[in-house]
Amino acid sequence: MESTQLTIQLAYVAAAALFIYGLKLLGSADSARKGNLLSSVGMLLAIVAALLDQGIVEYQWILLGFVVGGAIGAAAARLVQMTAMPEMVALFNGFGGMASLLVGAAALSGSSNTFTLVTIVLSILIGGLTFTGSLVAWGKLSETLGSGAVMFRGQQIVNSLIVLAILFSAVMFCLQPENSIWLYAVIALSLLFGVMAVIPIGGADMPVVISLLNSYSGLAACAAGFAVNNNILIVAGSLVGASGIILTQIMCKAMNRSLSNVLFSGFGSVSSEET
Amino acid sequence: MEVVFLTFILMLSIFLGFELITKVPATLHTPLMSGANAISGITVVGAISLAGNGQHDMANWLGAAAVAFASINVVGGYLVTDRMLAMFKKRGS
Repeated sequence: MESTQLTIQLAYVAAAALFIYGLKLLGSADSARKGNLLSSVGMLLAIVAALLDQGIVEYQWILLGFVVGGAIGAAAARLVQMTAMPEMVALFNGFGGMASLLVGAAALSGSSNTFTLVTIVLSILIGGLTFTGSLVAWGKLSETLGSGAVMFRGQQIVNSLIVLAILFSAVMFCLQPENSIWLYAVIALSLLFGVMAVIPIGGADMPVVISLLNSYSGLAACAAGFAVNNNILIVAGSLVGASGIILTQIMCKAMNRSLSNVLFSGFGSVSSEET
Repeated sequence: MEVVFLTFILMLSIFLGFELITKVPATLHTPLMSGANAISGITVVGAISLAGNGQHDMANWLGAAAVAFASINVVGGYLVTDRMLAMFKKRGS
């Protein structure tokens, strides 16, 4: 391993350590702000290390992305009302999912082995459903969409069909990566599924759903890490994925509910109305 | 072999993630969620290499768009978390 590459990898190790310690500090009240600061330093370190990579020959598009995204993020974070924080988190989370979808799609052009294709399809799938799911969660919390649960007859059948269609197109995508129709099918279906999964859940349960979607966006980043062969994406993504699941469970417990109760109570109420 | 190595990393990080979050007070649920969400913007690192490869093809543009989306998540996520925690501290003292 040459020295630049070694420096980059060591910087990733340091960044991972900062993420882990930062997350730990975020868990108690006295140290939480410091924890957030440490984790942001880790992120800065990871980004600087990524910029050193010798595969990067042009900086203008990266810079443009940073300026546009950073300005929007900073403005949104500054302007948002204190009471509107949860929906802002949902919106940010959705954009993270979208980024994983795009990275997955972009990684497609370079590779063809089956393992990479599976990770690409996973990052597109999870990223896509995180994106639209978070947008719906944002809409419900900000009352842009109605905050109530949306249900209709045969919803479970429709959802099952969507899941089957996703599985089918994902498998076809891995078998025929050169046929882009399967790629578009996976993208479209994952976006649709994100909407369908969140609409039957009522507005009061949205924080739990956002926490779960946050966990998914971590998993999407992890899958994208496998697709582009990057350690720090795998480590940070799976950290967020696992801690997000635990946090979701803790939040459910605080409401005296089980996770499946939160996710599927909407469906239950339809069947109980029918009987 | 590389795949096995990466899967090892995955497994260890998942266990670590489970262990990290225990007994979080209810007031910290939203900031913790928001802080973890900012970390998931790490996708930006993957997007950087795709956006800067100089090939001017589809992957290049998709990578640039991914950098923008992930930057919103990272910058916004950390700032929002900090704002929440700043208020929390004031209330506590």
